[in-house]
Amino acid sequence: MLGHRISRFGSTIVKQLAREGYISTYGRRNLQRSYGHYLPSLPVVPRQARTSQEAWFLKSHKFCTSSTTSSENGDEETEKITIIFVDKDGEEIPVKVPIGMSVLEAAHENDIDLEGACEASLACSTCHVIVMDTEYYNKLEEPTDEENDMLDLAFGLTET
Amino acid sequence: MSRYLARYMVSRYFSSASSRPLHVCIVGSGPAGFYTADKVLKAHEGAHVDIIDRLPTPFGLVRSGVAPDHPETKIAINQFSRVAQHERCSFIGNVKLGSDLSLSELRDLYHVVVLAYGAESDKDLGIPGESLSGIYSAREFVWWYNGHPDYSCLKPDLKTSDSAVILGQGNVALDVARILLRPTTELASTDIATHALSALKESSIRKVYLIGRRGPVQAALTAKELREVLGIKNLHIRIKQTDLSVTPADEEEMKTSRARKRIYELLSKAAAAAKTSKADPDQRELHFVFFRQPDQFLESDERKGHVSGVNLQKTILESVGTGKQIAVGTGEFEDLNCSMVLKAIGYKSVPVNGLPFDHKKGVVPNVKGRVVSHTSGDISQTEPGLYVCGWLKRGPVGIIATNLYCAEETVGSISEDIEEGVWKSSKAGSKGLMQLLEKRKVKKVEFSGWEKIDAKEKQMGIERNKPREKLVTWEDLLAAAAN
Repeated sequence: MLGHRISRFGSTIVKQLAREGYISTYGRRNLQRSYGHYLPSLPVVPRQARTSQEAWFLKSHKFCTSSTTSSENGDEETEKITIIFVDKDGEEIPVKVPIGMSVLEAAHENDIDLEGACEASLACSTCHVIVMDTEYYNKLEEPTDEENDMLDLAFGLTET
Repeated sequence: MSRYLARYMVSRYFSSASSRPLHVCIVGSGPAGFYTADKVLKAHEGAHVDIIDRLPTPFGLVRSGVAPDHPETKIAINQFSRVAQHERCSFIGNVKLGSDLSLSELRDLYHVVVLAYGAESDKDLGIPGESLSGIYSAREFVWWYNGHPDYSCLKPDLKTSDSAVILGQGNVALDVARILLRPTTELASTDIATHALSALKESSIRKVYLIGRRGPVQAALTAKELREVLGIKNLHIRIKQTDLSVTPADEEEMKTSRARKRIYELLSKAAAAAKTSKADPDQRELHFVFFRQPDQFLESDERKGHVSGVNLQKTILESVGTGKQIAVGTGEFEDLNCSMVLKAIGYKSVPVNGLPFDHKKGVVPNVKGRVVSHTSGDISQTEPGLYVCGWLKRGPVGIIATNLYCAEETVGSISEDIEEGVWKSSKAGSKGLMQLLEKRKVKKVEFSGWEKIDAKEKQMGIERNKPREKLVTWEDLLAAAAN
């Protein structure tokens, strides 16, 4: 059941990426092999790559983050970017979030139903994220021991 | 795509086609029960969910199983509370299935009954001496230090010697080892039950042996818990270097499971570090003993009827195909002295009248959560309207989050059955249950009653610098709930 959902999102993401003129050669299979990893914050990328960034987030059990402090970025001067959440029925929900906010917080602040049983205290694995693109995955830091411990138990963990 | 769309359309159809709501009763208010309730409420606008539990307090093992020094694991309670407070959901505590009402009565009152009452018993070893005093299941010990009202009077013997043996090397084994060996100053600011803290302060236990039938590659514990116990200050870890040698079959197992590989590496590092630490007379020690299986328990000469040690048989591993290795006795034995034994070898579920049960596996036979009444050949006949979720369905394995997927599967089956139109009759639901409980003079505890218990425990906790001071007897719990 979960596999079916991943491949469904995979196809949505591929079409979106292709439309943006981004990497279109990634087949469905490659995307499914992306490494499960936490996403502490959105990487700051130059403007022209911004549209492809908008395309990659998945909804469902596959999200998350280590706890990040976004409160320091609460003022209006914080730059905001758009994330599109794609829910399990294929509906796209665009939201504007400040850079530095975790994906889990972004979802909950916008009433998007995302599982986070321990409320971002790194004590479970319900919000783990799969980064579909190896280039972006490589921009992130290596997972810490604590994150890997939680990933050991995650349902639907995938390898690169 | 079609399944979700169909489910969505049918739930709309169901709620609009009839003004009769879908009455659901979930037995058990732990993670399995609450995740099931959450998903049923989200999937069906016409659903009313009652969650019953035999305790006056909800949350199952999140309250009574998670160790006192793991408060972040208990955060899941917040989400469960939100579900209980949903307008179409009610928690009804102090109602016991099998005593206050029967399964068939429940099935008469509700369209859907989901049994999620977990595993409240233990696997037995079936070896001589098992009934000696001083031998407990880890479940009993955990319930004792977590203030479960059924075990507040356990009084485990912590003063006869300096050694305790724990059979099993899963996370429950690590939990009880940690509680036995952690300095009580650290435990004093947790929600541990006061009677346990007092007993631990006077405990003479300094050496804990974790015994596993197989090797470090097969140990059932997980990396986070192992890392934690290896990091406890002034706790000396003892692992035999010889136990760490791996066979090709072990390498194979580590290749297929990243978790196992990481655990093996952690244990190897710990063994190397242990060699360099010097012994100190009053130190606390945690020994990982591999390749030993218990053959019998030894009785004390000075205290008749009390355990004084375990007779262990050395084992070697044999492959049984499919990458699995089992422990086989070698005929060589040795004794390990101790005054307390905790069996952490697995929980077991308890059947109720009228419920099909697989006594060998200790679970309710089911297909995707639908209870199976009997199977002939390939065909399973299922019980209409009866489902299972959680440990009662899968066996006592997994973490809290495992129940998310388990509930998803069970609720998927429920939704499919609704689509097939199995619920034609109207049922009394909550109203019927309340009438029945009233007639039988059952003192039910609703969520507001739990909130009173919660407030009282937190208030008492403030006075003692703890997150809460648990109420540990039935009388105190029911009195606080009725206040």
